Amino acid sequence: MSRYAQMFSTLAENNQGAFVPFVTIGDPNKALSVEIIKRLIDGGADALELGIPFSDPIADGPVIQSANIRALADNTNTEDCFEIIKQVRQYNSDIPIGLLLYSNLIFAKGIEAFYRQAKEAGVDSILVADVPLIESKPFRRAAQNVGIEPIFIATPNADDDTLRECASYGRGYTYLLSRSGVTGTETSAQMPADSMITKLIEYHAAPTLLGFGISTPEHVKAALDSGAAGAISGSAVVKIIEKNIDEPNQLLEEIQSFVSQMKAATIR
Amino acid sequence: MNNAAYFGDFGGMFVPELLVPALKQLEQEFNKAQQDPEFLREFQQLLNEYAGRPTPLTLTRNLVNNPKVKLYLKREDLLHGGAHKTNQVLGQALLTKRMGKNEVIAETGAGQHGVATALACALLGLKCRVYMGAKDVERQQPNVFRMRLMGAEVIPVTAGSGTLKDAVNEAMRDWSANYKTAHYLLGTAAGPHPFPTVVREFQKMIGEEAKQQILEAEGRLPDVVMACVGGGSNAIGMFSDFIEEHDVKLIGIEPAGKGLDTAEHGAALCKGTKGILHGAYTYIMQNSDGQIEESHSVSAGLDYPAVGPQHAYLHETGRAEYVAITDTEALEAFQSLAKHEGIIPALESSHALAYALKYAEQQTQETIIVVNLSGRGDKDLAHVHQVLSERGEL
Repeated sequence: MSRYAQMFSTLAENNQGAFVPFVTIGDPNKALSVEIIKRLIDGGADALELGIPFSDPIADGPVIQSANIRALADNTNTEDCFEIIKQVRQYNSDIPIGLLLYSNLIFAKGIEAFYRQAKEAGVDSILVADVPLIESKPFRRAAQNVGIEPIFIATPNADDDTLRECASYGRGYTYLLSRSGVTGTETSAQMPADSMITKLIEYHAAPTLLGFGISTPEHVKAALDSGAAGAISGSAVVKIIEKNIDEPNQLLEEIQSFVSQMKAATIR
Repeated sequence: MNNAAYFGDFGGMFVPELLVPALKQLEQEFNKAQQDPEFLREFQQLLNEYAGRPTPLTLTRNLVNNPKVKLYLKREDLLHGGAHKTNQVLGQALLTKRMGKNEVIAETGAGQHGVATALACALLGLKCRVYMGAKDVERQQPNVFRMRLMGAEVIPVTAGSGTLKDAVNEAMRDWSANYKTAHYLLGTAAGPHPFPTVVREFQKMIGEEAKQQILEAEGRLPDVVMACVGGGSNAIGMFSDFIEEHDVKLIGIEPAGKGLDTAEHGAALCKGTKGILHGAYTYIMQNSDGQIEESHSVSAGLDYPAVGPQHAYLHETGRAEYVAITDTEALEAFQSLAKHEGIIPALESSHALAYALKYAEQQTQETIIVVNLSGRGDKDLAHVHQVLSERGEL
């Protein structure tokens, strides 16, 4: 059983939803980034969503753009990211680790080679922010060849055929989007239409995690109430890094405490 | 995968899933419009009566010393708005209305696309906002003022290098949030499908007219056709009707900035490698990790680290040749054309002209060259004045 399947099954037994925090690897620098990710786990994260920094993150709002810039300013490259993931994997062997990144970082290393390296580092899933279903074939093939679960985004403007494809190609979990726009808390999460979740279930999609604009325990609770299996929060976590950049100890404490509060909201 | 989205291996639709429906809608509406005589008539009418088409083809009188060479200029500088950009903007603005949208988002480098978008939106009653790199806002002040005069909102982008690349990022982010009411009126033959095709089809009258005009003037096709290449819209507009004319050499001129052997250039085809930026698989400037590098050019309109996917294909197949011209060479050509022909070209077009002048000197046979003079240099006057002053050349 994959780590995601194991996670969803355990959560269901305990009547809980999933809370999945996102950070950009290398933000605010490589050394502190490792500590931050460990604290996400200590705070009770059910899975991790980790970004490899990119110079042109078109799907991200200002908060995560800044995280990318900080990580790149510390010269965080793809190799460094895999090293950090290996350290995290050593720290916890069970937690599902998802990578979220942009396609050119994969192309630069060769698609198959990149997926293989990710697998060896301990990555469970890969979501490519700028590869929609229509362009996903070589990425899905590489994922399948090396045993990585490809993640796709179910969007509020998708037609039925697209949702069907999303369900049939996605593994691990389905990234559920209920509003348009880019990442960030400037626009709050909206709850997905019932019909969307019903359809995804009907099409046997992997369990859904709601993302974009999730910043409070109330959002998490509402996401679960709407029928999602969990929630992903990125910009709200990254804001804590941004705010405490000169106070590493406080930063780590606040991160852990934020994750604990968000996780607490997943208990039904 | 959609085959229409590709030129050989290049192109595609590498965008967030959210934008795919908007791109498909654009593709469908564009395909329908191309078959709709009423749309084509309205577009043609705007081109003729508002923008001033056809533009002339001018034989230079004094610029070329080699008596074997005739150098013709396709005068897109005379088009309303000051550059070729107006052509395709009118087409996309009409498409915007067809799609029932009332807002337009655009990015701009030199400000020429922004100005063209602003004028089309003013004319057709569309609300317009233009993203422009903060560095470009500084070096292209007259165009910023022009856009504002015509009612567009100009939004400076400070992220990254503060140039065209960052303005495109910001425009795409805006579109992700507002695709229901807004059309992203992309300014060049780059980006995700269907933009490279839409922009080419709405720019190809440049080459069609030039072909007819040169046949009238010379009774034969030119030996070589040249155009500058940033994203590549004026070049693809010029090349398109000549691609099947295999005796006509096609040369695209990229910005070599401070030199191709330095890091400060914008020559994605001459020096870049294959990768994905802004929705297309094409040639881009990047490091070994795939991080996009910042480009450089004295000309804001060529300051872009990628190139349209059809140019990548023409380059790979060898149908077109791509070379590069430095800032210094472009500035010399800018001054030469002003001094010898009484035409002040855009710095972008000065790159094509500079290469044409070099090329003309080397010819030993009768040679006819057509250069796309894609825009006029009014917008560059203050910048060139400053650069030449700093170099002590004034």
